[in-house]
Amino acid sequence: MTPSPAPLDDRFIADIRRDMLRFAQLQLRDASLAEDAVQEALAAAFAGQQQFAGRAALKTWVFSILRNKVVDLIRQQVRTINLSALSDDDRSLDETIEALFDEGGHWQAESRPNQWGDPQSALHTQHFLQVLDICLNRLPENTARIFMMREMLELESEEICRTLAISSNLVHVTLHRARQGLRRCLESQWLSPGEVPC
Amino acid sequence: MLSCKQAARLMSDAHDRPLSLKERLQLHLLYCLGCRRYQRQLRFLGQLCRQIGFSHFSRDD
Repeated sequence: MTPSPAPLDDRFIADIRRDMLRFAQLQLRDASLAEDAVQEALAAAFAGQQQFAGRAALKTWVFSILRNKVVDLIRQQVRTINLSALSDDDRSLDETIEALFDEGGHWQAESRPNQWGDPQSALHTQHFLQVLDICLNRLPENTARIFMMREMLELESEEICRTLAISSNLVHVTLHRARQGLRRCLESQWLSPGEVPC
Repeated sequence: MLSCKQAARLMSDAHDRPLSLKERLQLHLLYCLGCRRYQRQLRFLGQLCRQIGFSHFSRDD
């Protein structure tokens, strides 16, 4: 492999910047925070561009800088809240989840997961990403953040423990709570798509 | 014998850590339709999330 200078042309920068903004906004849910994070990540990329052999390597690198910045910002957002104490939203989600099961821990007849048909064919549609967004917004705030750190920022659960200084059990409980909430929300949106508000 | 509630937690954990109770979970899934659906739903949720995830965005295509 012969390293060649990374082609940081205007078109490439514009494309990558658009993707970075979209990624950062999805994770941070704050347009100006996202804008700042992208700007800083790009500045760092310009400073180091000569080390990279081509676009793909550069893009991966710029995005890992961006990911680190996003994780830092999330840590700051989460730090203000006592993660070990359940919020009212968490408690209410917990009660909803408890109520899915009978005393023996089996699914209640009416809450047993439904057959979702063939979701694979719908996987790449914009509609599903919108539904996912709506459902993420309905989760308790920190529950959604921890879930997104795991599934979208793709951190290992141990990295989440360390970053937020919480127990691995709390991370796993929270991820489970998030998944229960999300799959129930997806199921209700799936069964009655007329309710999707956009 | 695992309950559905315990199985649901394990199926979620399986996305985040290696399971030590894998065999007991497999046994439960053999006879529990609701939990098999739950497992498929969690997999679908994971696939959906990956579409807006880090690997997807950082790929050059």
